[in-house]
Amino acid sequence: MAGALPFVIAFPFAGFVILALAGARMSRRAVAAIGAGSVGLAAAAALVAIPAWLAAPHRELVCTLWRWIEAGSLSTPIMLRLDALSLVMTGVVTGVGFLIHLYSIEYMRDDDGYARFFAAMNLFVAAMLVLVLADTLVLLLLGWEGVGLCSYLLIGFWYRDPANGRAARKAFVVTRIGDTAMLIGLLVLFDRLGTFAIPELMARAAARWPVGSPVAIAVAALLLAGAVGKSAQLPLQTWLPDAMAGPTPVSALIHAATMVTAGVYLIARTHVLFELAPPVQTAVAVVGVLTLLMASFAALAQHDIKRVLAYSTISQIGYMFLALGVGAWTAAIFHLVTHAFFKALLFLGAGAVIHAVDGEHDIFKMGGLARRMPLTFWTFTAASASLAGLPLVTAGFYSKDLILWRALSAPGIGPLLWAGGLAGAFLTAVYIFRVVFIAFVRPAAEPGRALHRPGPWIGVPLVVLAVLALTAGALEVPRTLGGVHLFSHLLSGVLPEAAHEGSLGLEAGAQLAAAVVALAGVAVAWWAFGRRPESVAAPLGTAPRRRVFELWADGWGFDALYDRVVVRPLVRLSEAAKGDAIDALAMSIAGLAVRLNRGLALTQDGRVRRTLAVLAAGAVLVGALAVLT
Amino acid sequence: MSGAVPMSWALLLALVLFALGLIGLLVRRNLVFILMSIEVMLNAAGLAFVAAGARWGEPDGQVMFLFILAVAAAEVAIGLALVLQMWRRFGDVDADLTGRRDGG
Repeated sequence: MAGALPFVIAFPFAGFVILALAGARMSRRAVAAIGAGSVGLAAAAALVAIPAWLAAPHRELVCTLWRWIEAGSLSTPIMLRLDALSLVMTGVVTGVGFLIHLYSIEYMRDDDGYARFFAAMNLFVAAMLVLVLADTLVLLLLGWEGVGLCSYLLIGFWYRDPANGRAARKAFVVTRIGDTAMLIGLLVLFDRLGTFAIPELMARAAARWPVGSPVAIAVAALLLAGAVGKSAQLPLQTWLPDAMAGPTPVSALIHAATMVTAGVYLIARTHVLFELAPPVQTAVAVVGVLTLLMASFAALAQHDIKRVLAYSTISQIGYMFLALGVGAWTAAIFHLVTHAFFKALLFLGAGAVIHAVDGEHDIFKMGGLARRMPLTFWTFTAASASLAGLPLVTAGFYSKDLILWRALSAPGIGPLLWAGGLAGAFLTAVYIFRVVFIAFVRPAAEPGRALHRPGPWIGVPLVVLAVLALTAGALEVPRTLGGVHLFSHLLSGVLPEAAHEGSLGLEAGAQLAAAVVALAGVAVAWWAFGRRPESVAAPLGTAPRRRVFELWADGWGFDALYDRVVVRPLVRLSEAAKGDAIDALAMSIAGLAVRLNRGLALTQDGRVRRTLAVLAAGAVLVGALAVLT
Repeated sequence: MSGAVPMSWALLLALVLFALGLIGLLVRRNLVFILMSIEVMLNAAGLAFVAAGARWGEPDGQVMFLFILAVAAAEVAIGLALVLQMWRRFGDVDADLTGRRDGG
């Protein structure tokens, strides 16, 4: 049914409204049922819409709900569009989102803000669905900003700790830098092409602008800036590690299903513009490679399990940008999907571990969890294998391999990008299995400590995601291994596929290299962190090595750099400008209001007889005027 | 009707009564006297209605006076109840007491 499409958004939004208005007075059971149920219903509505989508012309289901803004030539209807790309995104958002909500039922059970949590989570999902289903750029922007708002609400969820509030503010402000650039880009697009409707916009851009035209380059660069902010790529990646301040299911939702994938989606959705601007497209790939290398090194040095995963997300989004940059649109979306599965699983597994050890985040204080939490261990390991891209048996192998192969076969700097990606793949395997070996396999740091075992609400999502993280690769298998192309066929109507195909032998060689590198990474992790348990606590020998590790642990010092270059000068400037003329004007208006208030308050002294006397005098005056004139 | 009182006299009487009531309302602090002053003002208005009704030979004026009587009765019932409450609570029926900002 085509009519089911709006309900995909309406269900989570209704869940948000109900929980926000009445959640505080509802039982926890009811809150959980509404909070998780609304996302489940959204997933069901998406399933119901699929037959109509299959029957629709060009496999594009468009649904106009109502007119939103009508002003002169500007017309922005509320229009939803379900095509293969938004269907995949909707599936990820509602499917993975639903599993995360189920998990939260148990994970957040003892939290005071239970209803507030589910309300914000539902709004988050609704905003992301608006973003991916929008048919106009204005509606897309609405979802884009909604996602930003919800990330602020959820990162600062435990608002009693000022540090969490700071992290939320940082996420909001840093992504806002990109949002502003993106807004300018959208307005330039409207100014030049006269429409906000995305398909129309792409058609006009392709028709009017030649490849490499300055306008196309400017617009693509502005959109890239927006995507870089939202997806936490260089140079705006600093908010994501701090975003770990939120509850773990929030991290899972931000990293897997919503928010950070928005930038990748935006570039894929407007890929026509990027094809018209080859320099910007190359920049996308370069940003991706630099980010994935930077974040992989940073992940190697983290002690906090969630920060390892945060840097891992930054680097995996870097792979997606790399794919987008070399025109492998399908590969980017494919990696987005598999990443959603294994990253959600990694976060949920990390959450189960953190829950079990009473909120301890430091992997060096864990250890020995493999035997005591077998389910969590095996699912976490499955996700780690998928993230590392262990050959053949994991989904991450197929998606990452596709990206690397496309990069290698791309013209120009392709081989260079491939080398960077391959190095990143090696580092990925090292840093994630470092966590597995230290936190799970190594003997416990504090044996005999009581563990909270996760219950079914946590266990079921873990198992479902583990199955998906291992098997989703079967959707797209390279021709060297049998050639299944379900995923690229699905998306072929929306995203063009790169035409160039290299030789079969080269592709097999590239895959072999990727496989060897992943296995080597695991081996190195075992050699460095798993083999000698006693040496793990002090892996840093000499001073220069330690300094490098500290730099990585600091995320390459970007925070300190931005603090010195941007934040502090800004604070100093605003302090200097505190009492300037504009401020004085504003303050004088406020002062006038205060003085007026004091004067008028004198008349309201509450003395009945005086009030009456004034009233009577007024009546006499009016009467006299009426008689005498 | 040669023996009838001219309407202007009746209206003048009503005006004087109304003014007396208003002055009483403003100058007295005892709530009982304030209520009495209000009664005087209501009756002044009633007198004006009756006089006008008599002048044009219509029953409307007397009907209105009956309404005013009913309203006045209700008003006095509530007003006296409030006065009684105030006496019980403060031991005083000073109108200026009610104006205290802290509500009593």
